Amino acid sequence: MSGIHLLTLLTVLPLVGAAIALVASKHARGVALITTLISLALALVVWTQLPANGGYGLVEQHVWAPSLGFNYYLGVDGLSALMLVLSAIVTLMSVDAAHRVHHQPGLYFALVLTLEAGLFGSFTALNFFHWFLFWELSLIPAFFLIKLWGGARRGPAAMQFFVYTMSGSVVLLVAFLAVFLSTGSMDFPHLTLLASTGELEQMVTAHLGPVMLWLAIGVLAGFAVKVPMIPFHTWLPAAYAEAPSPVTMLLTGAMSKMGVYGLLRIALPLFGHQISQMRTPLLALAVATVVMGAWAAAAQKDLKRIFAYMSVNHLGYCLLGIFALAVPAAGAAAQTSQAMALNGVILQMFNHGLTAAALFWFVAMIQQRTGGHRGTDQFGGLGKPAPALFGLMSIALFSSLGLPGLNGFVGEFLIFRGVFPLAWVAATVSILGLLVTAAVILTVIQKVFTGPVPEHCVGFPDLHHSERMALIPVIGLMILLGLLPQLIVESVNPTVVNIMAHWRF
Amino acid sequence: MQDTISFTPQLAASPIAEMLWLIPAVPMVAAGMAALLKQVKRKTSATLAIGSMSVSLLLSLAAFAHVLSGWAHGVAVRETVNFTWIQVGAANVDLGWVLDPLSAVMLVMVSFVGLLIFIYSIGYMKRDENYTRFFCFMTLFAGAMLGVVIANSILLLFMCWELVGLTSYLLIGFWYQKPAAAAAAKKAFLTTRIGDVFFLLGMVWLFAQTGTLLFYNNGAGSIEAGALAGLLAQPAALGLTAAGAIGLLIFAGAAGKSGQFPLHTWLPDAMEGPTPVSALIHAATMVAAGVYLIARVYPLMQAGALAGGTTTALTVVTWVGAFTAVFAALIAVAQNDIKRILAYSTISQLGYMMAGLGMGGVAVGMFHLITHAFFKALLFLGAGSVIHGCHGEQDVRHMGGLKSDMPITFLTYAIGMLALCGFPIFFSGFWSKDGILEAAWHWSVAKTPFCMLIFGALLTAFYMTRQVVYVFGGHWRGRKSAHESPTVMTVPLAILAFFTMALGLIGTPAWPWFRAFLNGRATSFDLHGLMEPGLLTLMGASALVVFLGLGLGWRIYGDRSPKPSEPDALERISPPVWAALHDKLYVDEFYSVTVIPFYGWWARVADWLDRRVWGGVVAGVAWGFGLSARLNRFLDNNIVDGGFDKGCDELSVGGGLLARVQTGRVQTYLRILALAVVVLIAILFWSSRA
Repeated sequence: MSGIHLLTLLTVLPLVGAAIALVASKHARGVALITTLISLALALVVWTQLPANGGYGLVEQHVWAPSLGFNYYLGVDGLSALMLVLSAIVTLMSVDAAHRVHHQPGLYFALVLTLEAGLFGSFTALNFFHWFLFWELSLIPAFFLIKLWGGARRGPAAMQFFVYTMSGSVVLLVAFLAVFLSTGSMDFPHLTLLASTGELEQMVTAHLGPVMLWLAIGVLAGFAVKVPMIPFHTWLPAAYAEAPSPVTMLLTGAMSKMGVYGLLRIALPLFGHQISQMRTPLLALAVATVVMGAWAAAAQKDLKRIFAYMSVNHLGYCLLGIFALAVPAAGAAAQTSQAMALNGVILQMFNHGLTAAALFWFVAMIQQRTGGHRGTDQFGGLGKPAPALFGLMSIALFSSLGLPGLNGFVGEFLIFRGVFPLAWVAATVSILGLLVTAAVILTVIQKVFTGPVPEHCVGFPDLHHSERMALIPVIGLMILLGLLPQLIVESVNPTVVNIMAHWRF
Repeated sequence: MQDTISFTPQLAASPIAEMLWLIPAVPMVAAGMAALLKQVKRKTSATLAIGSMSVSLLLSLAAFAHVLSGWAHGVAVRETVNFTWIQVGAANVDLGWVLDPLSAVMLVMVSFVGLLIFIYSIGYMKRDENYTRFFCFMTLFAGAMLGVVIANSILLLFMCWELVGLTSYLLIGFWYQKPAAAAAAKKAFLTTRIGDVFFLLGMVWLFAQTGTLLFYNNGAGSIEAGALAGLLAQPAALGLTAAGAIGLLIFAGAAGKSGQFPLHTWLPDAMEGPTPVSALIHAATMVAAGVYLIARVYPLMQAGALAGGTTTALTVVTWVGAFTAVFAALIAVAQNDIKRILAYSTISQLGYMMAGLGMGGVAVGMFHLITHAFFKALLFLGAGSVIHGCHGEQDVRHMGGLKSDMPITFLTYAIGMLALCGFPIFFSGFWSKDGILEAAWHWSVAKTPFCMLIFGALLTAFYMTRQVVYVFGGHWRGRKSAHESPTVMTVPLAILAFFTMALGLIGTPAWPWFRAFLNGRATSFDLHGLMEPGLLTLMGASALVVFLGLGLGWRIYGDRSPKPSEPDALERISPPVWAALHDKLYVDEFYSVTVIPFYGWWARVADWLDRRVWGGVVAGVAWGFGLSARLNRFLDNNIVDGGFDKGCDELSVGGGLLARVQTGRVQTYLRILALAVVVLIAILFWSSRA
């Protein structure tokens, strides 16, 4: 594969697209659509090129600044390739949804494409420095997208989003500098190897004293903000609500996965032992994220805030699965449970990304028709004038609810199956989240779509043909993955097995 | 006692077992096709629905015939087809289906009753503008329900189970522009989901403990002897074994679907749906899915029982069932809506089935399930015919005298009513209920359930008499005069009525064919089965109770046609009792002051925590940063001597920067960040050259 640098190409392509979009002005959306389509195709090619053993494929490695441990080091396994595909799908959906950008479309789509490059870069990086650059790179366009195209209270929302995530990043950076000073390496595979033999902790302790636990806390904090985990989530409702809906699709569909990805790629492999020491409070926070996230959604009246909190709830299941892995357990049965939980987490990442992005897309469509209204009590009876919207959005909502037969169920089932034997109390309390989410979703359907049609909703325009055509592949994918999750798992599972073989708690 | 047929392991599934998946798949595909149809394609959608159900019925009959012929040759058929759905780690997530007497009987019942109700719906839904959607949902329901029936994997069962719940939701809320229908749909989904999350826990526990999702897998299944031994050896909390705890969790799921107390409140509200829906889903099939589930996992429920003894799980099933049977029958006495009376009656009868499972075993509970499916579907369709004939009227006080206006409906309804009451000899309900009473009489733990069930039988006869007298007796009290329903509706009634009577033949003590078939035993016709002295006494007693109930009902309500405005005859006897029963013994009210406020309260707490506590901490930290930055600058400018100024410049910049961040000028920060990156890259290139 050294002939074509597929991963570099994948990352550079959106940047090129961004440059063109910037000058294309009126045709910027077209440029963005073409770029994202090609990106999706490339991501799918990457998906097919994964090595069968679950290790890293398509590796590109160049020495960059050895004295500082910086390497240009790229590679993908099942986990990162899946995230690439997800990012590509979500960005495509987002660009498709953003067909009403009148204010500086060139800049808008250039920023969206830059964000996509940031996602691709961070999901392919195998060196901390490289990864960190792209992690930050994705943040900046997101900030401006909120700040310049957001809703009425966009200023504070963007600021909170930025400062919050930035503080997380700083902590991460400091922690990694400490690791680098002790080991002289920033490459994830190498550090993972050191951690798996216990050398990492010895080296850090020898250089800096007993700080390993603090480093773990720092790294966790950085990711906890991004996911987010309660109580580091307060930036999220405001940012999701104030960002234009297509940008919210990106934030929840793809960017939130960077946090979970970081936990899986960096935090658990390097700081597994420390996370294991802190597992009880961490599991408690994960359960709180699941349960309180759902309940906070129940208190909202704005569709976007409801879906924002539901995202918190759904990613809470990922946290639950991840922290349950840190519960010490030995034997074949425990390994099976861990493999279930980890596969479940990765499936949940993808499925949540797809479903949540779709839900915000529907919100965008509703907003376009109502001039920006999105309060649950501002509608009623829309099922009558807009049956196609009712039908398709209900499928997405039921996917979010975790209905079997749709994509959302599989990940949750595997997570619960994995977590229950490892941490049954956490699993049992978390089922409350399943109940509350169901109540929230059915209330949304009830308030928006059922009942008599109020006067101002008579003649509410249904989805038009182009919208239906755009949505059908997404909805179709939800059904397909609900019925045949093996399509994803068969490429993810080898990576899970491979990852688990290298972890030590 | 007959000998058990020796179980012959099936190495290869027969062709019909291989094809079993088609039985749910055909309706599901038909539903998918119907979903893409335009609303105007009414005929096509009805054809799709009825055609697919006919295919399912034929396949079900073929499957049944296969099991039957095996049984006749002394082979207890249990053929499974399993496959791996997902491969996770080194383990498999398996799905599969099973053909055995239990699934075969249930398949025939569901597809046959389903087909009749589909045909009936052509007439009933004729004028509805969403006719196409109706058949789409009904067919999807049928597919999902048949999937529950054939599942050999608890996961597949759960998935179909949830789909059944979804279609139930869609069909209760079919007229979703009525707020009551939308609310009832939501209530049904959420109440059953309370049970379902426990079911989910039970499922993952069972899976984790036994390592398999399959019920039967040539000895390696989760409810086969090997796995059960492991489950029994594993202690759980409260003196339960893992088997017992998992059994109870699964029962919670069953209780939700089958409307057992205290999760029964959704079922009466579900009557907001179209009447064929009530007949198919909320009487004959879906609500029976919980009973079927318990029958399916019966080896688990029974695990650890000594000969003739019981287990904690089965004891709980029994008590909940018996209590529900009486509780719902009491409420049914004081309802005026024709469908609600039947809904409470359904809850009550489901209680009987559960109690039957708990005390008498699979065959006892399942026989009542099957007979009930026929007579209750008959009653609901009859009620639908009445509502149709009375132009949408559902209040029995506004009916009356329909026996002459709607003779076919009356005749068939009377048959259903007598079967429900357990009228002796000629009606299937008598035999199936008697099986339960007999089991209760012999139950080793207590005799109280027997007394409860006998009392329930009395109430059943009483409230059904009241209803029938109100609807068909006396003279017409409604507005527009009533008319008989079209043939497309009355023919299904007649067929159901026939089976309501005929089915009794296969479950009498003289020829306990059904029990033998399900248990894999041989049987023969033997009148001596009837002649056991204890049994005859019991049958006599239960017949007496039924006559008492019928007589009491007739005496109180008789042929007097009270005006709708008059208080009910019972209300005159005891107003407070009537009020309590009429208000459904206040269970809904209890929930509306406990569960619902609890939900709302926690939502507010979560929101408050977010806005005030976590948000407050963030605001506090931000404020602190701003303050320290300003303080820093103040110190720099005013206190620190000039000699330090130079050294403090950086600090000042930092502080000022932070202060500016707080005022919202992130651009400055970004500029500095960009500068830093440039410097960093410069260092990189420099160092890499070095």
